[in-house]
Amino acid sequence: MSRTLIAAAQELANPEGGATIDIYTGLFIFVMAAFAGMEVIRRVPQLLHTPLMSLTNALSGIALVGSIVITGADYGRFYTTLGALAITASMINVVGGFWITDRMLKMFKPREKTVPAGDAK
Amino acid sequence: MIAAQELIQYTLFQQVAYIAGAAMFVLSLKWMSGPKTARRGLWVGIAGMVLAVAGTLLDNRIVDFEWILLAFGIGTLIGIPMGQWMKMTAMPQRTALSHAFGALAAGLVGTAKFYYFLEPKLHEGDVSVNKFTMFAIGLEVLLGFLTFTGSMMAFGKLAEVLPQRPITYKGQNFVNLGVLAVAVVIVVMLIIDPVANKELFVPLIVLSLIFGIMLIIPIGGADMPTVISLLNSYAGLSGAAMGFVLQNQMLIVAGSLDGASGLFLSIIMCRAMNRSFTNVLFGGFGQIVAKKGDDEEEKIHRTSNPEEAAMMMDAAQSVIIVPGYGMAVAQAQHKVADLATALTKKGINVKFAIHPVAGRMPGHMNVLLAEANVPYDQLSEMEEVNPEFEECDVAIVIGANDVTNPAAKTDESSPIYGMPVLDVEKAKQVYVIKRSMNPGFAGIDNPLYYLENTAMLFGDAKEVAGELVTEFAKLGSMHS
Repeated sequence: MSRTLIAAAQELANPEGGATIDIYTGLFIFVMAAFAGMEVIRRVPQLLHTPLMSLTNALSGIALVGSIVITGADYGRFYTTLGALAITASMINVVGGFWITDRMLKMFKPREKTVPAGDAK
Repeated sequence: MIAAQELIQYTLFQQVAYIAGAAMFVLSLKWMSGPKTARRGLWVGIAGMVLAVAGTLLDNRIVDFEWILLAFGIGTLIGIPMGQWMKMTAMPQRTALSHAFGALAAGLVGTAKFYYFLEPKLHEGDVSVNKFTMFAIGLEVLLGFLTFTGSMMAFGKLAEVLPQRPITYKGQNFVNLGVLAVAVVIVVMLIIDPVANKELFVPLIVLSLIFGIMLIIPIGGADMPTVISLLNSYAGLSGAAMGFVLQNQMLIVAGSLDGASGLFLSIIMCRAMNRSFTNVLFGGFGQIVAKKGDDEEEKIHRTSNPEEAAMMMDAAQSVIIVPGYGMAVAQAQHKVADLATALTKKGINVKFAIHPVAGRMPGHMNVLLAEANVPYDQLSEMEEVNPEFEECDVAIVIGANDVTNPAAKTDESSPIYGMPVLDVEKAKQVYVIKRSMNPGFAGIDNPLYYLENTAMLFGDAKEVAGELVTEFAKLGSMHS
């Protein structure tokens, strides 16, 4: 156990020892995720379809992960510019998407048992 | 070309962060299955995002954080207002806009990656782009840029900057498919030899951008729920393609989830309109103007007033309210909610019947009514509420048209024949709040308006709903 931990720590310290994925693993992940996604999303009621869309929008802002490396690596002005634009676009989705989803979800309330909710305007 | 794949190496922390992040994303969507767990789902999604981004920031290829942090800042500064001050009625156009941003990011990364692979000095000489990676780049760029302009067009139409009417011309589908075909040919040529054909990359971007615009030009407002969902799916797929280009599992999973979600919603929307994808994208709906009327006898509708309608509701035991896009346009949701509250207080059973394609995006009506403080257990889906119309005393249709059209069930010549609709006509009394007798967006006449048990309340939805509340309150004070 401790050996594994040490190995893990070494790996962290030495990034060259990491793993990579091949095409088939990638396709495998893609197909599995699509099926899992379909199963999970099928259970989302019509009531929450708008928040669902804004949430998946925010999650798709994970494109950040791709843009960050391109921006930060020392490839040149051209790449930094494209990457920074991509980060900006993704960040808008992440921040705005999570934010508005939260705003929407806060609005969904069940019926109150003690009725007089007041004449809401 | 040497078919070697670039070796991207991730640190252990990155690996763990990505796997955990991906799991959190799935969990996040799972918890969206009900309003009680949905916010938990949101938070776990945020946690997954933070983890994945943190993992990425530790990537050993990053040497300079200046631009990253600057872009983070700008994105956040634009993102907060887009989350905080965007009106709920503007949700459809906001969603279209965020599809555009997501797709743009994918397109830009794909572009950067293409040129990166062409510059051997950036990645230790002999490593070069293989055919599969080039295919993924082609797909990412094509989908990314076409979704970008397509979503911008959808945004323009929804925000009413552009005309909402579908614009069609002769041979449109032929031209559209021609543009797409040329783009696909370029992708194939790039796969065969990216270096020799590298000059074709910019034309590919341009064609993708043009195709996105042309794809949305013939689409009308009533089809927006499907189109928004489809664009969502494309944005997701371009994200997944990016995952293949960058060999990043997290991106593949997130793109796949996003794509699946968009696809699933488009299928629901298509089913709710009894149409196929190709029909939505290439059908030019809304152009089918029902040519009826000349030889038919003059149809008679009855006009009523809020006073009478309030009296009918006062005597009712159950009332079903059917909202549509017209309610959103008139910003009537708060008045309608007030009406529902007043009725409920009186002990009348109130339900909202919500058709899947009511409004301009999936779930549009639910969000508007939730914003107006209508409890979500009053919001019923079509299958659930349809059997209840028979028992219902008063049905009030507010700004909904095609989704209440009984011709969809009976008239085979109707352009919407076969579309599942709300059985509003079965209610004992129907009131339709509408500006005028003009047929709805799709130009299809609605026989519901000429039934004996239907009465029209003409006027702005917000004003009429307000008058109903006032009249109903008067009745209440008379009783006591």
